[in-house]
Amino acid sequence: MILTDTLDIQKIRADFPILDQEINGRKLVYFDNAATTQKPQQVIDVITHYYQHDNANIHRGIHTLAERATRDFEASREAIRAFLGASSIEEIIFTSGTTQGINLVASTFGRKFIQAGDEIIISGLEHHSNIVPWQMLCEEKGCILKVIPVNDLGELDLEAYQQLLSEKVKLVSVNHVSNSLGTINPVAEIIRLAHGVGAKVLIDGAQATSHLNIDVQALDVDFYVFSAHKLYGPTGIGALYGKKALLEAMPPYMGGGEMIKEVSFEKTTYNDLPYKFEAGTPNIADVVAMKTALEYTQNIGRERIAAYEDELLQYATAQLSTIEGLRIVGQAAQKVSVVSFVIEGIHHQDIGVLLDNQGIAVRTGHHCTQPLMKRFGLLGTSRASFAMYNTLEEIDRLVAGLQRVKKMLS
Amino acid sequence: MTINETQDEIIEEFALFDDWADKYEYIIDLGKKLKGLPEEQKTEDNIIKGCQSRVWLNAKLENGKLIFEADSEAVIVKGLVNMLIRVLSAHTPQEIAQADLYFIDRIGMSQHLAQTRSNGLASMVKQMKNYAIAYQLKA
Repeated sequence: MILTDTLDIQKIRADFPILDQEINGRKLVYFDNAATTQKPQQVIDVITHYYQHDNANIHRGIHTLAERATRDFEASREAIRAFLGASSIEEIIFTSGTTQGINLVASTFGRKFIQAGDEIIISGLEHHSNIVPWQMLCEEKGCILKVIPVNDLGELDLEAYQQLLSEKVKLVSVNHVSNSLGTINPVAEIIRLAHGVGAKVLIDGAQATSHLNIDVQALDVDFYVFSAHKLYGPTGIGALYGKKALLEAMPPYMGGGEMIKEVSFEKTTYNDLPYKFEAGTPNIADVVAMKTALEYTQNIGRERIAAYEDELLQYATAQLSTIEGLRIVGQAAQKVSVVSFVIEGIHHQDIGVLLDNQGIAVRTGHHCTQPLMKRFGLLGTSRASFAMYNTLEEIDRLVAGLQRVKKMLS
Repeated sequence: MTINETQDEIIEEFALFDDWADKYEYIIDLGKKLKGLPEEQKTEDNIIKGCQSRVWLNAKLENGKLIFEADSEAVIVKGLVNMLIRVLSAHTPQEIAQADLYFIDRIGMSQHLAQTRSNGLASMVKQMKNYAIAYQLKA
């Protein structure tokens, strides 16, 4: 194996203090990275440093601390702009995460530009957070939700998608990467086709940003949303990219401080982008640390991380396939390092409990994608998702752990 | 046997196990031995909410004693519910409503009571107690 040449995994692991612990007497194997990744010491340090030295409310303070906090906050916006390849910082809105980003677009773009009889297209691979906001909008406005079907490999059926497209479609909202199966969707093609009928496109990038390079201008995507916590950053913070013209045409999301220009009881005028969408004191410390997380992956090299994770995926796929009765759910040609599986005759909850007793953390259940599970005739799966700090030896532990689970339950 | 006598008996049984695997093999065995419920009783009404696997619980009053029957898709959950039935079933609604289930902690299964585990042991206990309270009020 050439893996050790690609990345210095032990050096990376040393940056993640949480990994160095025992669970139930065994060294922790953390394979729940699609739910949330762990945080490097550098990210933890920045949060601590912010509260120890720089904390102040941003933008309107005249004192030194306010200036420092504002500078770091806005530096993070610039870092995210560069990370996404956006043309301007006005297009970067801080949110609490992917879910809020989607809800923001549903509540503002949706309310203003989607009317009764219009159609919204999502896909059968979506997380509940990219289903329910559109259902709520459709209930309110009388618009219609259409779903791109999923084939047996866990890929979107693009022919069926083209059949769904018409002038009635105002928005297409799909994930870049499936959280349950790891499928990488052909979003460039999806966006191009949608634009062909005049529909706008939102891409849920929650599962993509830790594995793939994103270029919103090359994609020509209208909205792109993601969370920091799946990208080695803090929880409770994320970003929404939106094309400037669209964001300008959209009404504000929440009312409050920061998002206003002038307030009187007769009339309030709204602030310019991006502040129009950022009412209230934001999550400043975590915004600042989000930049550190991005830089952490960039310093290691995002292509190198992706190459290493792909090797983990290939190895895990091959090794898990040796377990009798185990079936991998989701065998798309293009995948990130996520393996969802079922073992014949064994409930996923039993797998989860018995792996945890061996110090191995996986996710079991429907992964907030109940319609997708139904598509495959399943109530849930077990999912192992790998990050740059995982190793081949840990995958061996998983395989041995599953063999033991099978033996215990036989 | 009283509820507490059964609890003490289970605690003694678990004292024999050296490691987690022995303990879980025993629970798995209990799960396999649980009689379960006929399909027609696995109804939406009998489902216990808050479990990652589906758990069905049925209760009936016979000669003043509450009889529980349960089933689940997951074997470990079945094993846990088997123990709860062994402790609580065939006692009066009043005894069940007032029972202090200390055995769960003593056999090292209290982590299954935590909400995050969502395997529903806490929900099962609550549902059994709810049945007991309901039958107490009926009586």
